[in-house]
Amino acid sequence: MAKIIPQATILEKYFVTSTLPTQWCPGCGAGGIGHAVLQAIERMQLDPKKVVLVSGIGCNGHFTRHLRLDDLHVLHGRAPAVATGLKMARPDLEIIVIQGDGDAASIGGNHLIHAARRNIGITTIVSNNYIYGRTGGQYSPTTPKKSISTSSPFGLEDPPFELCNLMVGAGATFVARGTSYHIIQLIDLVERAIKHPGFAFLEVIAPCPTSYGRKNPETGITGPQMLQWQKENSVSIKKAAHMSEESLRGKIVTGILLDRIEPEYSAAYAKVRQRAQKGGLA
Amino acid sequence: MSREGLLLQGNEAVSEGAIAAGVRFFAGYPITPATEISEVMARRMPELGGTFLQMEDEIASISAVLGASCGGVKAMTASSGPGLALKAEGIGYAVCAEIPCLIVNVQRTGPGVGSVTPSQQDVMQAKWGPNSDNMIISLSPASIKECFWLAIRGVNLSEKYRVPVILLSDSFLGHMSEKIDLPSPEEIETMDRPRPTVAPEKYKAYDADINGVPPLANFGEGYAVRLVGNMHNKAGDYSRNPRDFDFLINRLHNKILTNLADICAYEEVEIDGADLVIVAYGIVSRAAKAAIRLAKNQGMRVGLFRPIVLWPFPTERLAEIGKKVGGILVAEMNMGQVIREVERTTRGEVPVAGLNRIDGLLINPLDILAKLKEMG
Ligand code: SF4
Repeated sequence: MAKIIPQATILEKYFVTSTLPTQWCPGCGAGGIGHAVLQAIERMQLDPKKVVLVSGIGCNGHFTRHLRLDDLHVLHGRAPAVATGLKMARPDLEIIVIQGDGDAASIGGNHLIHAARRNIGITTIVSNNYIYGRTGGQYSPTTPKKSISTSSPFGLEDPPFELCNLMVGAGATFVARGTSYHIIQLIDLVERAIKHPGFAFLEVIAPCPTSYGRKNPETGITGPQMLQWQKENSVSIKKAAHMSEESLRGKIVTGILLDRIEPEYSAAYAKVRQRAQKGGLA
Repeated sequence: MSREGLLLQGNEAVSEGAIAAGVRFFAGYPITPATEISEVMARRMPELGGTFLQMEDEIASISAVLGASCGGVKAMTASSGPGLALKAEGIGYAVCAEIPCLIVNVQRTGPGVGSVTPSQQDVMQAKWGPNSDNMIISLSPASIKECFWLAIRGVNLSEKYRVPVILLSDSFLGHMSEKIDLPSPEEIETMDRPRPTVAPEKYKAYDADINGVPPLANFGEGYAVRLVGNMHNKAGDYSRNPRDFDFLINRLHNKILTNLADICAYEEVEIDGADLVIVAYGIVSRAAKAAIRLAKNQGMRVGLFRPIVLWPFPTERLAEIGKKVGGILVAEMNMGQVIREVERTTRGEVPVAGLNRIDGLLINPLDILAKLKEMG
């Protein structure tokens, strides 16, 4: 287990403290994810000048506004497309995309799958709290069936997306899942995702007590209860390998689900430039 | 090295102009009649060490352009009306976040999917496509030469004022070929975004006075640039303060409106002593010029006022002209879009008539002549 950097160090180095406090509710998962990202950046000793955060619309995207890093807070769902343009123009930058489940899986679903397909060298971290928190708790494409939300007052019948499977299918070369509860593992996963040369996707199961927990007590009502639920319902990928499909139903499988090396797109495009400059395909 | 006597299509000339202005990033999505711009850029961008991307949709194209521009690379996209409807979101974002970029609209005919024949039906869309009050700049070329030079001008204005610029071509101009001499790079003035003058720790991405254009640091230079499309203060922090909203939206307007002398451009033909003036822009202005010659032969005194920059609209000059002439004819390939601006500008002081064509065919000089005669 790698070391945890003291909070004070992170705060001093990365935060514009005049922008604090955050707007998040007590028990929200967004802060922990942000913390894991900064822990990983600091642990890896990335040059802060070369780190760009591209954040989407939603509670989670608000993390980046507090930091002393290049930050592009974009339109709903567009973050992977914006980040693709930026990475192609500036392959020297380390680009981390921060999205929520509504942003990434719904309005931005097309951009997400194509960023994965291209294997563009960005890291996309999606906080999956099963709900549109920012707008007051409407169901998202990852909300479990039967859930109560402000837009499914009688229980939801839409089947949810399984985001990591979607990413595997779309051609992502690194796919991982963590939870807010398993924070030490989460920091490791963020680090691995950033280090991955191609498109890296990290799903984080995160609590939204305000908009999800209160209406769906089965997974916990308060932040701590929701973390407890995550703890009790998570299985590491190693363990999961020896479990039946039946016993895995409803479980959160955590860890690195896929990790393979394929040509990163901005690097591969250099070949297009070379061929164009030679004046042909040969 | 200059290249003389080339025969180029409008879509090619726009591409070469943008390249000459320093564009090294293009993202697009296939759509007729703008596709040739993508096809030219698919060759030219990698040749020049730049990037061409065919994105998954129109929204992704403008999004990728904005990302590239934040990295400090001059970037553009091109499409036609239905594509521009989708890009409106990103253009509005670029207005608020103040990210330079060039957007080409090769206009086609009709609402919905419409048809691929030419029109001037997106003049209002260029101005009012995105939500809210948008202060953008829009240019209207009338020839292949102008496609080239206005693409350069568009990129320059976009950089200078940190504003999206929309170049309004049409499917006729886009596919028409004319001879053009391309200048050598030394003959071309290029402009870059205003650069920060403060230490990186002091930098704020929206720090300007009420009429100002804030300097823009590129990503990756250590300035901790915070760019947002939400209402924000000078540092780019979200704001819920009505005073910040007021300041920001006013500044976004003022930075253009206090520089009209630099931005606005128009052509005038035989305005002095004219009894009637035609207001026409883009390809229609060429029919207007032919009509003026025909009218002259018949003893009429007719002038032309051609806005080259359509937005901001050249209100001041047109108001002066309106006071001196007996009538204005606005000829345009839509149901009457610029005529609204002309009426607003001349405030009932002069009769204003419209000549409109919306069937995908060009306005004929003889139709203009007939209308002029009708007006007396
Ligand atoms: S609504 Fe949910 S996601 Fe949003 S801040 Fe509150 S707890 Fe977090």
